[in-house]
Amino acid sequence: MKEKQPAYEVSPVEQERQAFRRRQNLRSVLISIASTFLFAGAIIATLHFAPGWPRVQETYFSPRFFVESFPYVLEGLWLNVRVLGYSLVGTAVFGTLLAVVRISKSPVLFPLRVIAQAYTTIMRGIPMLVVLYIVGFGIPGLEIFAGRIPIEVLGTIAITMSYSAYIAEVLRAGFQDVSPQQRASARSLGLTSGQTVRLIIIPQALRKIAPALMNDFIAMQKDVGLISTLGAIDAVRAAQVRVALTFNFTPYIVASVLFILLSVPFIILNDWYTAKLRKREQSGGMV
Amino acid sequence: MVTTENIQTQGALEPVCQNNKAVLRLDNVVKRFGTNTVLDHISFDVNKHETVAILGASGSGKSTVMKCINLLEQVSDGQIWLGDLDITDPRVDSNKIRARIGVVFQHFNLFPHMSVLNNVTLAARKVFGWSKGRAEEKAMALLKRIGMDQKAKEYPDRLSGGQQQRVAIVRALMMDPELLLLDEITSALDPLLVGEVLDMVEELKDQGATILMATHEMHFAHSAADRIVLLRNGKVAENGSPEEVMDNSTDPETRAFFRSFRE
Repeated sequence: MKEKQPAYEVSPVEQERQAFRRRQNLRSVLISIASTFLFAGAIIATLHFAPGWPRVQETYFSPRFFVESFPYVLEGLWLNVRVLGYSLVGTAVFGTLLAVVRISKSPVLFPLRVIAQAYTTIMRGIPMLVVLYIVGFGIPGLEIFAGRIPIEVLGTIAITMSYSAYIAEVLRAGFQDVSPQQRASARSLGLTSGQTVRLIIIPQALRKIAPALMNDFIAMQKDVGLISTLGAIDAVRAAQVRVALTFNFTPYIVASVLFILLSVPFIILNDWYTAKLRKREQSGGMV
Repeated sequence: MVTTENIQTQGALEPVCQNNKAVLRLDNVVKRFGTNTVLDHISFDVNKHETVAILGASGSGKSTVMKCINLLEQVSDGQIWLGDLDITDPRVDSNKIRARIGVVFQHFNLFPHMSVLNNVTLAARKVFGWSKGRAEEKAMALLKRIGMDQKAKEYPDRLSGGQQQRVAIVRALMMDPELLLLDEITSALDPLLVGEVLDMVEELKDQGATILMATHEMHFAHSAADRIVLLRNGKVAENGSPEEVMDNSTDPETRAFFRSFRE
């Protein structure tokens, strides 16, 4: 939109074009405003006239139960945050190892390569919940370790196992996407193989796959809520307990709101980082 | 700095190199990929301050020679000498050898995630352990010489192809290599940008650099090279001055190859 009067003379053709664009712009803005109101109105009307709405509202969106259950759920969330933190580190390490093994060419590593491939294939196929059950009840069942294994540990192991498989595939794609000529170029300068991976390959790969990694991270954050199935009092289980006590479902909404709030900073960070990359390396003019 | 002493290994290396002036000597180098022989007993020298151009049709083995010299490919047989060191000996530290040879590639291969300055100083800092200040001082001096000091903080994708390639040459020159390998450095450039890169090569030659270049630029090879090595089917078909090889060869195949050039 050209609102300012340009300092130079504009031909009648361009003036006409600008006027046309302004009209077009105004028209699209009006249409979008109208459609937004229409859509919002339709939803509100549907809810308002639904015969069960007052009951649903009271069951899911009760301010009283929201305030009352909030401290319990928040306390549970702290467990999710801890497991998320441990899993993040575990996944980063184990996922990178898997990816490096997957792309290695050394004949010595052939058996490991097969195992890594089988692992990523199988683990990506098993539902997260099943992994949690197997790890959460299977490992203690082995009775190798004396005493009770904390659920934090079991949950971390299960989530790390599952998400490493996803992360490894994303990392592998990223590593392989860096042109082999970049490696040749780095080696020609005398950099060792390790330096080449560290200074040239990984930084370029990470830039390319940062959005995908962030996406997996946000999904992981959500799945951390599944550790409630192991009996841990996390945010979801705390909400469940409150629901059982009060027969009101608002605590679930509390848990959802907290999980959303937890993910917002990362989503913003992701968007910011992606935008920054796009701005700087827009053309990606390198081979 | 890397010196010859710390590259020397315990292996009994006999002083085979008779020609003291030779910076690089290829001695019956063979390279096979499976059953396909790409280099078939290649021998030639590059002497100090000499510019040698490797010419040949596509697939004649030009790039493979370059890769073998740079140790990006392992030779299947024969020896390559850098000074009086056999660099095909598996006991030598190939990273240190690579650091003594400057390489410029067809596709520039600057690191896109590093500024021009970091591209140029990377080897000095990470391979030779120079301080950041020392490396940047030298890099800026080199960039100034090619009029690129204003672009030191830019990222490679902000530069034209010719500018990128000139930065890549500076990066290769940073550690004062004994030998400069130029692997078809103008092939990926817009014709208008070829000139600025070739001018820079000419300038380096005048300053006494030892250069081995694979190229398709016949006119440039003719005017800039001291010697032409013509490869055909993985063999050295001709090895002589530009006039001998490109203008006056009696070999019918050589004449056919240079026909379009001569006309």
